[in-house]
Amino acid sequence: MSKKQMMNREWAVEAQGLIKVFGDNRAVDGVDLRVKAGTIYGVLGPNGAGKTTTIRMLATLLRPDSGTAQIFGHDVVKEPQLIRQLIGVTGQYASVDESLSAMENLIIFSRLLGLGRKASREKAMELLEEFGLTEAAKRPLKHFSGGMRRRLDLAASLIAQPPLIFLDEPTTGLDPRTRNQMWDTIRKLVKSGSTVLLTTQYLQEADELADRIAVIDQGRVVAEGTADELKQSVGTSSLHLSIRDSEHVQHARRRVEEVLQVKSALSAEGGKITAPLTDTNQVADLLIVLREADIHLAEVSVQKPTLDEVFLTITGHKEEGARG
Amino acid sequence: MNTSADMQIAESQLTNKSSLRQAIRNSLTMAYRGILKVRRTPEQLFDVTLQPILFTLMFTYIFGGAISGDVLSYLPVIIPGILVQTVITTSIVTGVQLREDMDKGVFDRFKSLPISRIAPLAGALLADTLRYTIATTLTFTMGYIMGYRPEGGLGYVMLAGVLVVFCSWAVSWIFAFFGVISRTASSVQGISMIVLFPLTFLSNAFVPADTMPDWLQWFVRINPVSHLVTAVRELTNSGTIGWDIMISLIGALVIVAIFAPITVRAYMRRT
Repeated sequence: MSKKQMMNREWAVEAQGLIKVFGDNRAVDGVDLRVKAGTIYGVLGPNGAGKTTTIRMLATLLRPDSGTAQIFGHDVVKEPQLIRQLIGVTGQYASVDESLSAMENLIIFSRLLGLGRKASREKAMELLEEFGLTEAAKRPLKHFSGGMRRRLDLAASLIAQPPLIFLDEPTTGLDPRTRNQMWDTIRKLVKSGSTVLLTTQYLQEADELADRIAVIDQGRVVAEGTADELKQSVGTSSLHLSIRDSEHVQHARRRVEEVLQVKSALSAEGGKITAPLTDTNQVADLLIVLREADIHLAEVSVQKPTLDEVFLTITGHKEEGARG
Repeated sequence: MNTSADMQIAESQLTNKSSLRQAIRNSLTMAYRGILKVRRTPEQLFDVTLQPILFTLMFTYIFGGAISGDVLSYLPVIIPGILVQTVITTSIVTGVQLREDMDKGVFDRFKSLPISRIAPLAGALLADTLRYTIATTLTFTMGYIMGYRPEGGLGYVMLAGVLVVFCSWAVSWIFAFFGVISRTASSVQGISMIVLFPLTFLSNAFVPADTMPDWLQWFVRINPVSHLVTAVRELTNSGTIGWDIMISLIGALVIVAIFAPITVRAYMRRT
């Protein structure tokens, strides 16, 4: 019997109109979310979009100024202590004790969760093994790599085997190999019946992992759906142009927007223009216009849309620093 | 993760309340964490080891001749004074460390666990009694090395030690309160020193009160630290249990009665 059936709830998370204001910054400005039990849900957005604040409200770490949220049908404001028995939270900054060893960390969290002395030790050993940390068990965390720290952090969230796990940017700052390990771990979690709500800045990560994605920007959900639905909403393909002379880029960008009648985006390096493309034949017109304007191209390609373009199209500005 | 599927959470087991028993168990675990941390970073004990040694040496040899004629006859006066001053000063660290701890990521996890809300606070205060015990033992040991032979005997010396540890624990609630309401650890240190300096120096800890001007004597006599110092002197030097012990204990309890609730309330609001 899976946890999903046990809980007998269809929705792991239901949030309506969540608002959190810090001073005059509306960090979260009316977020609605519905996460089906037993799925991975991705909350995608740039730094400062309100992802962490949203998670903190759902995890009872922060009281919403307005709006309501239920975890498996229980209200986060009215029954926080009950909800804490249903969730595991892995923060953006490792929420483990830096001055203690991995083993000591896990034992203390196990003891706090009500396990006995012996059971805590066994649980700690089991988790360390599962997350490949056995060899480093006795070392202080100061000497841990970023990836090891994250794995320990996730392990600590799984002691009580909670049916819902919040992962706040679980792979930010990890190298590709460690990131792939983390992805495998998250997939395994869901197979065992857990629900995962993760935030990410990486479009590829949401695409890889999440069953459904909410794109969040400036405290609002600006799009929601499966990765495919989101991609379809942008058009069938996109055009990528590299301009040889960097001083011509802005000029070229205006021409692209005129001819294609869409908004374009500029890569962070400044040399690459990206625009959604509804009709591939328009490319021919555009190339002629650029030739007449004496703008030289370094590279042209037409690609299937990535979530990058989805983000661009929806929010109207380029997601900085997200290279998936 | 294979095991997680067998772990079933039935709705009926869930509660929104945490019991007193759970609060005590969680607090003890948090105290255990505090002691583990000390073991991992022994440099945290620099203050409680060096201060008793340094201060006892310094004050005894600086003031001894002037106040009591010679060092040896000053020891029964200064050791209890130094003891109280040192151990109470040590309790500032409780507030500073609490502030630092609360800013760390691990506190987020404590907050997201279904544990008693008060446990991280209570555990920290409890673990710090270890520091007070170390400071107490070292001060007495230093005194002994320098020739201090308390006439009350070992039993009363230990009783005096327990009294000082208890009173410092009570005082640490004041600093815990600053720790909870302050924004940075250094401001906790600053505020706490301002409170503590007059309290420990405007007392009879180092110098007999009757050498001071009248207006100052008035404060020195009502200062709870003076009563604690007197209580410790009576216990260690003559083995008598006088009124000053009662006054010290009542003072300690009043501090706890005032500061424990407001600290807990401020702490709950912050977390």
